[in-house]
Amino acid sequence: MSRVSGIGGRLYRGETSFDFIGKRRTWYAISALFLILSAGALGLQGLKLGIEFKGGSSFMVSTNNPTVAAAESAVKGTGYSGETVIQKIGTGKIRIQTGDLTNAQSNDLQNALAKTFNVDINNIDTQSIGPSWGKEITRKALYGLFGFLIVVMIYLAMAFEPKMAIAAIIAVIHDVFITVGIYALVGFDVTPATVIGFLTILGYSLYDTVVVFDKVRENTKAVTSVGKLTYSQAANLAVNQTLVRSFNTSLIALLPVGSILFVGAGLLGAGTLKDLSLALFIGLAVGTYSSIFIATPILAVLREREPAMKALAKRVSARGGLTPVEVSASQSSLSGISSTSHADKADRPRGPRNQPKRKRR
Amino acid sequence: MSANNVKSARSVKAPGRPARTLAILLVALVAFGALAILQGATSFKLGLDLRGGTSVTLQPRVSDGGKVTSAAIDQAVGIIRQRVNSLGVAESEVSAQGTGVNRQIVISVPGETGRRIVELVGQTAELRFRPVLAEGAGNAGSLLAASDTKTAAATTLPAGVTPALNAAYAKLDCSLATNRQGGGGDTPNAAIVACSRDGASKYVLAPAEVLGNQVSKASAAIDQQGSSGWYVLLSFNGDGTKAFGAMTTRVTKLASPQNQAAIVLDGLVVSAPRINEAINSGSAQITGSFSQTEASDLANVLKYGALPLAFDRGEVQQVSPTLGASQLHAGLLAGGIGLLLVVLYSLMYYKGLGLVSVGSLLVAGVITLLSFLLLAKWIGFTLTLAGIAGAIVSIGITADSFIVYFERLRDEVRDGRSLRTAVETGWTRARHTVIVADFVSLIASILLYFFAVGSVRGFAFTLGLTTVVDLIVVFFFTKPLVTLLARVPFFANGHSLSGFSQKSLGVVVNKEA
Repeated sequence: MSRVSGIGGRLYRGETSFDFIGKRRTWYAISALFLILSAGALGLQGLKLGIEFKGGSSFMVSTNNPTVAAAESAVKGTGYSGETVIQKIGTGKIRIQTGDLTNAQSNDLQNALAKTFNVDINNIDTQSIGPSWGKEITRKALYGLFGFLIVVMIYLAMAFEPKMAIAAIIAVIHDVFITVGIYALVGFDVTPATVIGFLTILGYSLYDTVVVFDKVRENTKAVTSVGKLTYSQAANLAVNQTLVRSFNTSLIALLPVGSILFVGAGLLGAGTLKDLSLALFIGLAVGTYSSIFIATPILAVLREREPAMKALAKRVSARGGLTPVEVSASQSSLSGISSTSHADKADRPRGPRNQPKRKRR
Repeated sequence: MSANNVKSARSVKAPGRPARTLAILLVALVAFGALAILQGATSFKLGLDLRGGTSVTLQPRVSDGGKVTSAAIDQAVGIIRQRVNSLGVAESEVSAQGTGVNRQIVISVPGETGRRIVELVGQTAELRFRPVLAEGAGNAGSLLAASDTKTAAATTLPAGVTPALNAAYAKLDCSLATNRQGGGGDTPNAAIVACSRDGASKYVLAPAEVLGNQVSKASAAIDQQGSSGWYVLLSFNGDGTKAFGAMTTRVTKLASPQNQAAIVLDGLVVSAPRINEAINSGSAQITGSFSQTEASDLANVLKYGALPLAFDRGEVQQVSPTLGASQLHAGLLAGGIGLLLVVLYSLMYYKGLGLVSVGSLLVAGVITLLSFLLLAKWIGFTLTLAGIAGAIVSIGITADSFIVYFERLRDEVRDGRSLRTAVETGWTRARHTVIVADFVSLIASILLYFFAVGSVRGFAFTLGLTTVVDLIVVFFFTKPLVTLLARVPFFANGHSLSGFSQKSLGVVVNKEA
């Protein structure tokens, strides 16, 4: 652990630095590859929608060692001939999914299943979704999605700056698209719980981006007046400085989600918990990636186009730039201080202040 | 050193009084807990997915192409509530979820009544005007006098009441809730027996003469002179005017109770006003000793009649108590494991500082649980599986706020600040990040809440609630606590277990090691 935090210190001072922004074309290429894969999977396979979106009924019987064949014959016995999916969940559960049933058909099937598996009819867990319902929840989810993107964009534009809002939203859209793509590719069931998961990821992915951008903003506040770093360099330093933080926040967020996924999939087999946490799990991972590799590079590119930033880049390259160590110190002392005082301060962290601590050891 | 002092004078605010803030929070927490106990809010309200039961979501739809209005949905909720309550299952609930005309009606009934519910709530409720043939108390017997029962001649019965209707009338006991279910059995062109909504009276009613969709307007109004108080104004469309005119012209001449016209909604008599005169103008007034609520309720019933809603079955979910119990168990287990993992990681990574994060999570947990209890009491907040999932997910998000602050703090110490100074400078910077990030979470949960139905709302609600709790905890617990701890030598001197040791911060680029 302490080795990890040691890295934190080096990243903070810029002694160890990953070039996130300079190598942005590599990240873009990786993302583009994922996006193409996602689009392909979506186009070719499509999403495997749960009955909640298509309409239909689902019956779950809990009993000792149910067999698919027994369930099949029970369904056939009722005279229902539509599409049926029968699935064993764990050892003690079997799930029968059918198309849309009338009340009478549904009652018949429940009776037949109760008889076949010798269980009380009230112990069959049923779910039935009307055919128009799926459209309704899809519509609502889309409203929620667009409403969210717009409101958050306005909020971020106010809290930070418009270009940060744009970069953050692009990253979020990237996350949603890739997450959906993974669902299509692997063929996970998409249920309303999955959709909740998606929408929550949006919030979370932004949380991560906000943490990084807040540091970027701080590092770049005085970038033109200090004139030692280009916007991109300052932003890259910010990403490096927040790397440990991003790693920790994502890991801490993933831990509970992972435990829901583990318990939901392991104990219950299927249902709300599993669907929700799977979407969150995938989304969180993608979200962390995008706030580091996508959001900040896009922001840097957007800002570098500004005439002031172009001029800055010219000045910096003329001076030959500075080593990152001094940069981190200059960031902490902000603007309006001459470069000589910078040099003084840059030395301070290793100066006499630390001596007593060393002695104590 | 001097440069550092100048800086702290400029950008660092005084630390405030952390001990006092903590004490206030403690007092507030105790008060909150006492409030919960005083209010008798000591148990969670579990959703049907955690204890078994049936929930039905209905999507209102206008049968003949009109538009769904908000008032019609309110009315429909009332009708369905009446139907569901007639089942007599404790803690049944009927509510509309969503906003405006985009609302769904959600019915939840605990226990094992699934099938009946589904059949009961799906029917369209209609409004009709029927002339009254006979009226009696809710549990009255036959309309024949005791001496007449042997002969049972049709001639002794009120006009239009057949022996069969009389038998049905005698059998119907309106004092039983099950007989006030409403729903079917209200064929417009046949005479019926019906209860009043409250069960106090029962009626034999002639075939319907005016239909609900012939009502064009209805409203409650107050007589400005104050002589007759609140009344209901009612007007009909073309067909309605003719039909209502014909009915009133005929019945007004009859003796009581046959000079009354019953307003029947969903098979139950809402009101049976006496017709004082023939009304051919197409607009009528219903007067009586109405309160404002009674008058507007009646007006709403009449308005609804103009636009009866049909219900599309949205979602029906029936969870057995066994599955409910195992879902509850799984939810709690996942929460426990998640919390444990977060605590372990915090302690391993942040060592002494990790204890602050554990303490903060504990405080956040207590506030959240107390809120759940009180909200269950006040607004009937129900904890569902998705809600529990929301709470678990929020463990991570809450802990993230601490990390944002701790990492800032460590950055400041890396810059060479003393811990006491770093606590303040780090806070001013971390605060902004935490507020913006939590605000984004809050926006997400509010939008989720308003754009979703059923279980999603439970998730959004807990997520939103815990985000607010997170802000409270970070501001009033974590920050003051860290300020206090920074004065303790263990932390201030960077003990190897404090989370601020030079080694764990990587302050020293170790040439020796």
